[in-house]
This record gives sequence, C-alpha cells and structure tokens, in this order.
Amino acid sequence: MLSFLFRRLLQTIPTVLAVVALVFVLFSVVPGSIVSSMSDDADPQVELRLKKQLGLDEPVYVRFGSYVAKLATGDFGTSFRTREPVTFMIAKRAWPTLQLIFAAMAFSVVIGVPLGFIAALKPGGIVDTLAMVVAVSGLSIAKFWLGLVLMYLFALKLGWLPSFGYGDGGLKYLILPAVTLGVSPMALFARTTRAAVLEIMTADFVRTARSKGMSETRVVKWHVMRNALVIILTTVGLQFGALMGQAVVVEKLYSWPGIGSLLVDSVLQRDIPAVQGSILVVVLSFLAINLLIDVLYGVIDPRIRYA
Amino acid sequence: MIFRIVAIVAGLGLALAATAEAQTPRKGGTIRMTAPYGSSFTSLDILTTQRAQDEIYAKALHRSLYIWDSAAGKPVLELAKEDVVSGGGLVHTFKLRDDAYFHNGRKMTADDIIWTYNRIMDGTKAYPGARYVRVIEGAAAVEKGQAKEISGLKKIDDFTIEMKLTEKVEPGFYFWNAITSIYPADEAAKESFLQKPIGLGPFKFVEHVPGSRIVLERWDRFYKPGKPYADKIIVAVMGEAAARDVAFRNKEIDTSVLGPAQYVAYQNDADLKGTVVEVAEVFTRYMGMNPAFKPFADKRVRQAINHAIDTDLIINKLVKGKAYRATSWLPLTSPAYDKAMKPYAFDPAKAKQLLADAGYPSGFEFEWTTSQNESWGLPIVSAVIPMLDRVGIKAKVKQVETAVLAEVVRSGDYQAFIYSQASGPDPQAALKCFHSATPQPACNYMNFKNADFDKIVDEAGQADDPAKRTQLLQKANALLYEEAPVWFFNYNKAVMAVQPWLKGIQLNATELTHQNVEDLWVDETSPAK
Repeated sequence: MLSFLFRRLLQTIPTVLAVVALVFVLFSVVPGSIVSSMSDDADPQVELRLKKQLGLDEPVYVRFGSYVAKLATGDFGTSFRTREPVTFMIAKRAWPTLQLIFAAMAFSVVIGVPLGFIAALKPGGIVDTLAMVVAVSGLSIAKFWLGLVLMYLFALKLGWLPSFGYGDGGLKYLILPAVTLGVSPMALFARTTRAAVLEIMTADFVRTARSKGMSETRVVKWHVMRNALVIILTTVGLQFGALMGQAVVVEKLYSWPGIGSLLVDSVLQRDIPAVQGSILVVVLSFLAINLLIDVLYGVIDPRIRYA
Repeated sequence: MIFRIVAIVAGLGLALAATAEAQTPRKGGTIRMTAPYGSSFTSLDILTTQRAQDEIYAKALHRSLYIWDSAAGKPVLELAKEDVVSGGGLVHTFKLRDDAYFHNGRKMTADDIIWTYNRIMDGTKAYPGARYVRVIEGAAAVEKGQAKEISGLKKIDDFTIEMKLTEKVEPGFYFWNAITSIYPADEAAKESFLQKPIGLGPFKFVEHVPGSRIVLERWDRFYKPGKPYADKIIVAVMGEAAARDVAFRNKEIDTSVLGPAQYVAYQNDADLKGTVVEVAEVFTRYMGMNPAFKPFADKRVRQAINHAIDTDLIINKLVKGKAYRATSWLPLTSPAYDKAMKPYAFDPAKAKQLLADAGYPSGFEFEWTTSQNESWGLPIVSAVIPMLDRVGIKAKVKQVETAVLAEVVRSGDYQAFIYSQASGPDPQAALKCFHSATPQPACNYMNFKNADFDKIVDEAGQADDPAKRTQLLQKANALLYEEAPVWFFNYNKAVMAVQPWLKGIQLNATELTHQNVEDLWVDETSPAK
C-alpha cells in the first residue's frame, strides 16, 4: 500500500508541472495585463513603474524560472492585485469552498444514490421514470439559471433563506448555493447508480445468491450495493474535481467567498500569481481526492489489491 | 371664527412638526450597500487601487484633503478648514482640522499628510495617486528617486501645511478621491495595516470577507458632530445584476445599481418605481477614430459618421433611455457644459454628401474594436453597423475583453474603438486630454492635435476669472464638436435603486455608488434596524 501511495504521489509531479507551465504560458500570451485592468484611467508613468515593480518587463522564461523556483519552496508568489501572499489569499478562501463542495456533494449523494437505487429496483416503473426525468433535467439545467430560480423561490417568495452572501458561514447561507451546485452531480449519481445496479442485478453471482434462497433484501444489501459502490465511488471522486471548477459560477452568483470567485476575479484582472495559485490548488485537490478514492477501492472491495 | 383660525394654525404647526420629525435623521441601524462592479475588492490599501468598486468602501473608511460635494458639483475642503492662496495661485496654505482622529485614536496632523503624499510618490511602488500628487512641486523628483521628500510640501505647524503647486490648478480636483486618502504615518507602515486598515472616515474597519463583504462600524470620534448616523455599514460584493435584483426585492440590500433592462423593469413596476434615483455621470461614451487611418484623418468623414448614426434611436431602444445624448465631449453635469449646443442631427443624406466631398463616394471599410459591454460595447456596435452600411461604410468587428480594450486604446493599435471615458468632474482636465501635448497613452486616445484647440485650453488654464475660464472651455468643447474626433454617443445616466428607508442619498455625478456615508441614515422601517 505504501509503495502504491508513493508511486501515485510521484505520478502527480509531471501533472502539476504541466499545469504550472500551461497556465503560465497561457497568461503570458493572452492579451491584457494587470496593469491595464487596474484602472480605466491610469497614468502611463505609473503603469511603466508598475510593470517594473511586478517584474512584467522581464522575459517570459526569466519570470517562469523565478516562479518555479519559488514554487519549489512552497511560495506561490505575491498577488499583483492585493499585494498579499497568494497562499494567504487562498487560505482565506479555502474553507468556504470546502464547505460549499462538501455540502453540495452530501446533497447530491444523499438524494442521487438512493434515487438511482430505487429507480433500478423497478426499472420502467413510475419511480424509475420520474427519477430519470429529474436526473436528465438536473444534468441539463444551467447553474446560473437554477440559482436564480432557487433565490426567487426560497428567498423572495417563501422567505425561508437568504438570497446571497456568506453571513456567519452558517447553514442557512449554505443551503441555496450547495443545492445549486449539487443538482448536477445528484442527477449524475442517480443515473450512474441506476445503471450500475441494473447491471449487477443481472450478474451471475446475484443469480446464484438468489438461487441459494437468499432474501432479496440480503441480495441487494450484500451483493448489489457493495459492488455498485465501487462504480459510485469512482463517479464521486471525479465529481469532486468537477465541483471545484463548477463552484466558480455558484460562488460568483451568491457572493460566496471561495476559491472559485478568487479565480474569476484574478483571471479578469490578469493577476497571474493568484490565477496560478488557485488553479494549482484545484488541481492538487483533484489529485488528492482521486488518490483517496483509489485507496478506498481496496477497503470496499478486498479483491482489489495494490501491486 | 377665532377658534377655527387657532385650530388651522395649530393643525399647520402639527403638520410642520411631523414633517420636521420625518426628516430628522435617525441614529442607529445598519446600511447595506452593494459593490456592483464585478469582482472582489482589490486591496484594503486604498492607495494602491483606482477602481470604482474599491472606492465604495473607502468612502466610509478614509478621508482625503478634499471631498466631493454632490450638491455643489465640486470638491470642497474636508480635512482642512481653510485654504489661503498666494504666490500667484501656486501656493496653498491649508489650515487643517484639529479634531480629526484616526481609528486608532490618534489625532491627525500635518505630518500624516506629508507622510502620505511622500508614500504615494514612492516610485518603486507605482501608486496610482502619483498622477495627482505630482502637481506638487518636487513630487516628481521623489518619484524618480532624486529626492526623499516632496520639496513643495512644508509643515508650518501641526495643523498648518503649505503646498506649492507646479501649475495653477484647483487642488480640490487633485486631492479629493480615495487614492489620495490620508493615512496614519505610524500605523500604515506596519504589515498589519493591510489586514486591518485605519483611516479618518466616519466608519472604522471591522471585517473583510474576501469576495463577499466588508463590514464597518461607526467611529464615535468622527469630526462632524452627530455623524455618522448609522451604527454599521455592510458593503456586499454583488457583481451579478440578477442576483442583486432578487436581493433588493427581498429587502436584503439597501442599494442596487441598475442596468438598462432593469431600469425599464423598475420603472414599470409600481412598487419599485419610487426607488429609482438617477444622475448624469461624468462619463462620455464614444467611438474613437484613429487619424492615422486615412479616411478618419478627414474631418468630413468623422462628421459624416456622426450624421449617419441615429443616436437617439439607439439610446431609446437599445440603451432603454439609460443615457443622455452627447452633444460634445463635456457631460451635462460639467460646469462648462453649454446647454445651447445641439447634437449632430441624424441625416444620412448629409453623411453621404460629406463622404463624397471627402473623396469616399462609395464609402470605405474599417475595423471596429469593442468589448462586450452592454452599454458601450458589442450590442451598440451591432446596432450601428447597418446604419453606417446605409451610407456605404462597412465596419468589421474586432471583439476583445475590457482589460484588453484599455490596452488597445492606449497603444493606438486600432482603426476605431468604442469606449467610456471620464469627462469630468474637472472640465479643464477633461479637455486637456485633447491637447496635443498630452501623450496618447495618458488620455489623448485619438491622438488629437489642433493648434487652435491647444491655444484655447492654454488660455483657460491661465485665466483667473472662473467665468472667463468657463467661457473658454465651452469654446474648446464646441471646437471638439466641429472637429468630431469621435462619434459623440452618450453621457452615462447612472441609475441606482434605493430602498425607501435609506435617506440622504447624494446624486454624485462622479460615481453614483460613491456616497458620503456619514450623511446616510435609515428610518425605523429598515429591516436592519
């Protein structure tokens, strides 16, 4: 297991380096710079000094080398905009993003997985049809639109929840952003679970279990559910990464102080260190979660071994 | 009869008393403003950022030597009680307030002003306020590293400061906005200042949740007696107009900036119509034409474009009336605006004739660089293209991001562009952008050169009589109209929705969202009592 972990960690290094290089090159070639985005009415002399101060007057390879050298020591650089260390900026935003993503994931798993399971137990029935209508709709609806509809309904019409903001970070502020973010993975989990369960229900070992006189409840609990869990877990892992990216829209819509809104603001203002830092954190989180999922495979299914 | 008269008088007295009571500012409560311009606040060091978004919170936290007086339409003294002018208009002796306290409890003195202006001129840091402080003699030397302190700033005593300028200008226009806010010399040098800023404003810093909000609470030692009225201010970052709309209707926020579509919706909604306030801001929207591109070098072509476009139609139908027709460069709220001026008439026949006279009877083709901005970007360009096409001018669209457009405009790398540019509040500074001595990247984006114009603007700069100066600036503005370096599109009509319980909103023509918050108050009907 340890050697497996070690190998997986080693494999992340080229991925991280590729991401670092790609983002750096991309933001070096796209037009626009922090200097022009700082003001519509800036003074040319100040602009020149700002470029010098931020090192933007140096060749790209010099800047890249300097950035990678700093990164190797854990220094993400200093934000062009706020002039704060990027690590500090990300640290301030990490908890709200984690809150949002875990809440969205909890919502989507708690609703989506049972929905898919119930649908698969009686395929073609009313529950199955309704569940799949919900799933397809959930996958199709744009988050921005859904967010506005939820705001309108639960904040403006029903008055149950605040329409925006982080407040004290409490549950009532979290519900609407989490549901907005969670609907799409919920739909995916429902579809994935249904497909997995339907496939396993027709497998030889399930037929054997039934023929041995095992009750349907026990068959589902001990054979179907456990085997379906591996597939569901893979989807959950991938969705964690996807949610990090999708949180961008939701955070902006709800004025949620997470890494997603930091990323958008930084891209718009060409705050390259903050963009690189935010993307790197998203990528590292994605890799870490997938590593965790790989480890969990072995826990759920003892047949999987890490050679 | 006597009884009736007494009753009427008593009734009137009661009514007047009730009115007076209704208008008496109420103490307490929370003001919930929004910062609507897209992204998070840039920095808590307001001297480093020149964005309208950041100045919204800065108006509560900080103070500058001058402040914008919306009612008077000009900057007025804020941290000084008196400005004595001498030395042929170049030397200003300010008698400072002796009752202004920073949020750490220390009294402001002349040293703080000198320290702040020296800091702004630190050439290694590129503070945006340097463009204004540079008007003080010796400031440029500090910026270049040739001196450590601005020679034109002298401390006479703790509450008197002498400022020698390089030009005869009204210093109020240079030292009123947030990027020249006065900092406490001792505290601002510390690292912690960036996380917990200290200012002279009516509210002190409590909390910043990046990307979400800034919270400030009343500063009890603020120098204006009885102010501020509110206990607290929350400025929420809300870039999404639709989300702001829901929050406003849900009474979660007290102010919201409206775009064209919402402007119409609010005006047509009986419940919301009364919440709308609007002002002509000092921004002119226009299509700039590059004289280096041959057709645009001819004045007749530029005039033809102004005649070819049905500007009123675009303002009414596309911008939904959320703009004022531009007559020339200076906006409606400019002190040098000439009400007698009429805009270019929509006259395609005349446009064709002018094109033919200029040697383009079949028109020509040009590239038009634009952003996606709904009020002065792609939607407007799309509407104008068929109008130009009718007189034979073909426009090819080149779409770029707003930040990129700013670079394009400053570099002169365009044939035409559409933009929104500050055209005030100082009419002299606004027109000086078209002076041939003003470099293109500074603000002379069309690289305009006209000797007559230069002469008039220079004369205005030397005029001691304000009326004479205004007259000259009007003349310069009229000359711009004639020369038509741009298609004069519109002056921005800033529109904000304000909840009925929020009182004291000022119609600030420089930026409607920038409010002197000490004058705002909420009545007892506010949900955030």
